[in-house]
Amino acid sequence: MEETLLYDRRTVEALRAAIAREVDRLGRPLQIMEVCGTHTHAIAEAGLREALKPGVRLISGPGCPVCVTPVSYLDRAEALARNHGALLCTFGDLFRVPSSTGSLERLRAEGADVRILYSPRDALAVARDNTSRPVVFLAVGFETTAPTVAAALLEAESLGLGNFYLLPGHKTVPQALRLLAADPALRLDGFLLPGHVSVVTGAGAFAFLGREFGLPSAVVGFTPADILRGVLEIARQRAEGRAETANLYGRVVTEEGNPRARALMERLFRPCDAEWRGLGVIPGSGLGLAEEAAPHDASLLPAEVPPPREPRGCRCGEVLKGAVEPPQCPLFGKPCTPDLPVGACMVSSEGTCAAWYRHERWRLEGFP
Amino acid sequence: MCLAIPMKLVKKDGWQGEVELRGVRRTVSLMLLEEAEVGDHLLIHAGYAIGKVDEEEARLTVEGLERLAGAMDGEAP
Repeated sequence: MEETLLYDRRTVEALRAAIAREVDRLGRPLQIMEVCGTHTHAIAEAGLREALKPGVRLISGPGCPVCVTPVSYLDRAEALARNHGALLCTFGDLFRVPSSTGSLERLRAEGADVRILYSPRDALAVARDNTSRPVVFLAVGFETTAPTVAAALLEAESLGLGNFYLLPGHKTVPQALRLLAADPALRLDGFLLPGHVSVVTGAGAFAFLGREFGLPSAVVGFTPADILRGVLEIARQRAEGRAETANLYGRVVTEEGNPRARALMERLFRPCDAEWRGLGVIPGSGLGLAEEAAPHDASLLPAEVPPPREPRGCRCGEVLKGAVEPPQCPLFGKPCTPDLPVGACMVSSEGTCAAWYRHERWRLEGFP
Repeated sequence: MCLAIPMKLVKKDGWQGEVELRGVRRTVSLMLLEEAEVGDHLLIHAGYAIGKVDEEEARLTVEGLERLAGAMDGEAP
């Protein structure tokens, strides 16, 4: 496919002009939230937030799974290593995120065995080579990732790996959007929906936004043109008084998603109430392990977990729900930077603070 | 974290697949996408194929953008 067109300046300018026309037709500015870390990063990198002002304000929501993982999750992981000698397996994103007393990175420096893996499947080999101790995979991520972890768990069962555990921390996006859509303080006009979450859930999983909240939404890909097409769609729907879920990422997203991935999730996980950093406990927004998978549930292992403590002064929680922008945090840039992050949103490259620091800071401060 | 990369399936052996992108080859699991066939472009996330790239839809997206950019060029300054 002609991917260059999706980045082409002419295409982007045409879309920008079309969006401006729709905003004129509507007669007021729009507020649109994106809820995907990869979108946040793409928007910052291409400078779309600035380019769309003042007609459209783009707000970053809780789209980075690592950022919304509460500090208590990491505290429990550390306790499992300390109390049970557990070997921890994690995606790289989580490695440097601050816990109440340290981080996985520091835990490893203290001598614990913490492995960074690319795939949950790699944890099976680790479990096979370390049968004398529990091997705990830190299962965080949205619907894109959850089925891959479910598949690895199923494979662990078939291989008879009794020492393979999951610490369930998966979260589901629609429940968080329900909370944000109902928040009168945010005054949102629509959502840009996460493209790769939708590969699994299907675009249909978000139809409730229009039906119940009267909000337009668009599933979009990750190039500047993809994102602007989504903004245009939402602006057009608003101007015409419609509220639908448009699938603009049809090259990989279908209405019903990946039925096999969903069936596997439904078999091995069960919805549970889950805590999101910044948003609090959202009913039914987490994936715990189903009864069938209980022997692999690391959250059932007893552990001495200290009371959670967030970094002092950090406004990550408010950034995650779009209540403040990163520069409004007193720690932003000083001392909190991607090299020495204080809060979760600065750690992950997809975090809102990291995206602002890397790309948008220059437009605010001027070039050095 | 939900990053996923389209890669072409070049070999299939049960639930195991070999995918390729610009000369780089990787072994992935097809457990979440059993129907994948050699030659398909698959979306790979965390070592698993999670979806298929629809070439026809990809072409339509590009055509739509071409039309839009063309219309812009045709506009009076």
